[in-house]
Order: sequence, then structure tokens, then C-alpha cells
Amino acid sequence: MTGAAVVTGIGVAAPNGLGTEDFWAATLAGRSGIGRISRFDPAGYPARLAGEVPGFVAEEHLPSRLIPQTDRMTRLALVAAEWALADAGLDPETLPAFDMGVVTASSSGGFEFGQRELQALWSKGGQYVSAYQSFAWFYAVNTGQISIRNGMKGHSGVLVSDQAGGLDAIAQARRQIRAGTRVVVSGALDASICPWGWVAQLASGRLSTSEVPDRAYLPFDADARGHVPGEGGAILVLEEAGAARDRDARVYGEIAGYAATFDPRPGSGREPGLRRAVELALADAGLEAAEIDVVFADAAGVPELDQIEADALAAVFGRRGVAVTAPKTMTGRLCSGAAPLDLVTALLSIRDELIPPTVHVQPATRYGLDLVCGDVRTGPVRTALVLARGAGGFNSAVIVRAAGDRAGNNN
Amino acid sequence: MALKMFTMNDLARILREGAGVDAGTNLDGDIVDYEFEELGYDSLALLETCGRIEQEYGVTLDDGTVAAARTPRALLDAVNCRLSIPA
Repeated sequence: MTGAAVVTGIGVAAPNGLGTEDFWAATLAGRSGIGRISRFDPAGYPARLAGEVPGFVAEEHLPSRLIPQTDRMTRLALVAAEWALADAGLDPETLPAFDMGVVTASSSGGFEFGQRELQALWSKGGQYVSAYQSFAWFYAVNTGQISIRNGMKGHSGVLVSDQAGGLDAIAQARRQIRAGTRVVVSGALDASICPWGWVAQLASGRLSTSEVPDRAYLPFDADARGHVPGEGGAILVLEEAGAARDRDARVYGEIAGYAATFDPRPGSGREPGLRRAVELALADAGLEAAEIDVVFADAAGVPELDQIEADALAAVFGRRGVAVTAPKTMTGRLCSGAAPLDLVTALLSIRDELIPPTVHVQPATRYGLDLVCGDVRTGPVRTALVLARGAGGFNSAVIVRAAGDRAGNNN
Repeated sequence: MALKMFTMNDLARILREGAGVDAGTNLDGDIVDYEFEELGYDSLALLETCGRIEQEYGVTLDDGTVAAARTPRALLDAVNCRLSIPA
């Protein structure tokens, strides 16, 4: 037993692909899933583009009993979890319930469901509110429903730190693996493209108001003007490396390092926490900066935030010192689902030795980034750093490493 | 005025809409004496179902009645009992 946490299963629901292979093919081809919002009429709102998961019909994937009690984000999460477990070759029914846990992240909870029921509350009265509102809009509902459906009674929880939460959940899952839980289902799915969710995001002041899909979300570009939100994310199955090896599981890679920091008070003049998160994650993984093959950037798309990220990367890796990419330019920012999807992308990059591109962006030279633009970059990928920032000062960093590359591992 | 009746067909429709149907359950079958639990409905599903019955039929079902109605027949009787009381 090494205590290392490895990823053995993946399930994806993304704006540019439903299912891992559809998503990966689209991502390598540079196909974007960003378009005008279709889930509600956005005409009256200043931002009208989003990344919506295409072609998902919940009734085709889930039992009828689960439909009335679930928000869209939970339906996507349940299906992605099912795919991830199947991908891992694990049948939860054959494992002891307390050996399996669920740790997901969430940014808003089930807003579409919640909006409908709150509208019923103020327009018709409390007796018209669904009994399922009691949990369907909670942050923890995806964790709970995955746990119930798969009979997973081990340590479980939910992390809420906006976009950074997607990495914080993976780190918490790794802690549980180290503490002896055999299997932890982790990651995140968010889907709040409804008027309530939309005004909540508009309030951040960071949404792009462009109506041109390929000009709306341009991180590290001189024309950066905010981001396009999206829905979706990924669910990952984590196991202890030795246990995975014992059952001859296919291993995508190891969660080798993690750190989270918090920004100083705005206006303090002190350096933001992102650089420290990167350095601490490297130390946690026992790696030097030069050993990182690619960085999956947070890519805020807001000039001030892009500058902070570029400065942090230059401080650690040197100017143009490491390949950087932002495939989320094809999906929009998926709230808590973004970083787990980036982790999946990083693991597939390791598997296929391909770094997917950042699309539509002409990187501004002032950032000093070696941004992978336009086309796929080929070459061995053994380690990847994934960054995620959450509104309010959260910074998280996770390093994934190819299976078998662990220092001192002779396999 | 003819009294409104609450039938198994009505209950099946409301269960279907409000709580869905378990894969192993046929709501159109002879299920009136099965326990709700055997049919795949938990207490929350029944709370939702009774809420919908209250809205549609203009009756009030107290918590004790809901908890005591363990089968469709018992719930049908409880609802029809209230429907037979003139407003």
C-alpha cells in the first residue's frame, strides 16, 4: 500500500461533448460548445451566451422515481457517476457500503429546481411547493443522491468554494483514500442556466456581454472581456494505488499534489495567493517546477485576473517557461464542474500525449505565456498542473502525474 | 351535486407525476392492497403525493392520516372520506 490516490474512472458531461470520448474528440478538434442560451429566453439579460450540455435527456438515463426529485445538475451528476464507475470497472453492489465514499463540490445547488419551487411559494403558497425542495436544491444533493443510488455509506461530503471547490473536493477525496476508504467518487457537476442562476452570476460583474460565440471568452487576449458561464463537469473515481493495482484496474494517473490558499484582503497591496498555491502543490507532489509538462489555467478572462495568473506562472516557471492551455475556452466556465473537467482533460492528455488547444485567443505578449493556441500540441505529458480560482479569494492547485511515475516507485 | 370520487386511476396518475414509478412496479396492476413501501414509495414520496391530492381535490390530509395510510386502499378511503363531508 502506497497511500497514493489514483483515478480509475471518468464520467463527463460538457457543453462540447456528452460522455468522455465525445468530449475528448471535440476538445482535440477545438470544437466549442458555446452558443446563445436555449434553456430560457435570455433576451432581457445583458449576457446571452452560455455553454450548454447538448442532447441530455434525463429520462433516457435515469429511473422514473429520480426524475421528480432532481435538478438538472443532479441528473447530470448521477449519470456521470454511473459512467465513471462503469469506466472504472467497479460494481458498487459487490463492495462493502462503508468502503465507498462520495465527495463532490457545488457552487449554487439545484437552482433551476429551486427557482420553480420558490416561484410556486410566492405565487401560489407553501402547499404548492414540492416535498423534494427539502433537498433538491441543496449544495450537498449530488453527493447524497450518488451515495443513495450506489449504496455508498463511507465518508462523504461537499465542498463549496466556487470554481476552486472542484479541486478542493478531489483533495478531500484523496484524504479519505489515505485514511483507508477504498473507493471515493468525486468531482462536480453544476448546471444553473436559469434566470435565477443567471442573475446570481451577472452580479459578479465578470460575465462577457459579447453575443459572438468565438469573441466572448478570450482569456489572456488583449480583447478579454469577461467569461461565458457554462454547465456540466466531470465525476472521477479515486482509489488507493495498491488496491487499484491488485484488481488490475486501468489507471489514468495519480493525484500527486494539492494546495489551497486564500487571497489577502482586497486593497491590502499584498500578493494574491495563487503563486503560493502552485508552489505548495509542487512541494506536496515532491516535484520541481521544471518537471511540470503543462498547466491547465484558471483563465478568468478578466484582464486583472489574467495578469495575476500570468504573474504567478512567470514567478514559478519563468516567462514562457511552461506550456499553458485553457480548453475551457470551448465550454465556458462551469463553476465547480470546471476544474474536475480540466483534471479529466489533463489525464487524457497524459494518456494520449496530446495537449488540447485554447481556442479563439490571440495571447497578449505582456502575459509572457507559452499558450497552446489553435491546434493540439503533441509530445509526452507525464505531469500536469490544474489551477482553479473561486470568487471571494479561493485559489487551488492540483498536480496529476502519469501512473507509475511516483518518486521511488520501481514499477 | 354529484360527489367527487378519488379512484385508483387518479392516485396512479398523481403518483406518476409527483414521484415517478419504480422499475418493478405496475401502477395499472392490482396494487391497491400492496404497501406503498413495497411499491417503491418512501415517506417523502407520500408527502409529495398527498400535497398534490390536497391541491387538486381541495381536501386537507393531516400528518396522522398520511402516516396511517400504508396502502393505496387506505389512502383512497381516507381521501374519499373527506370528500364525502359537505364543505
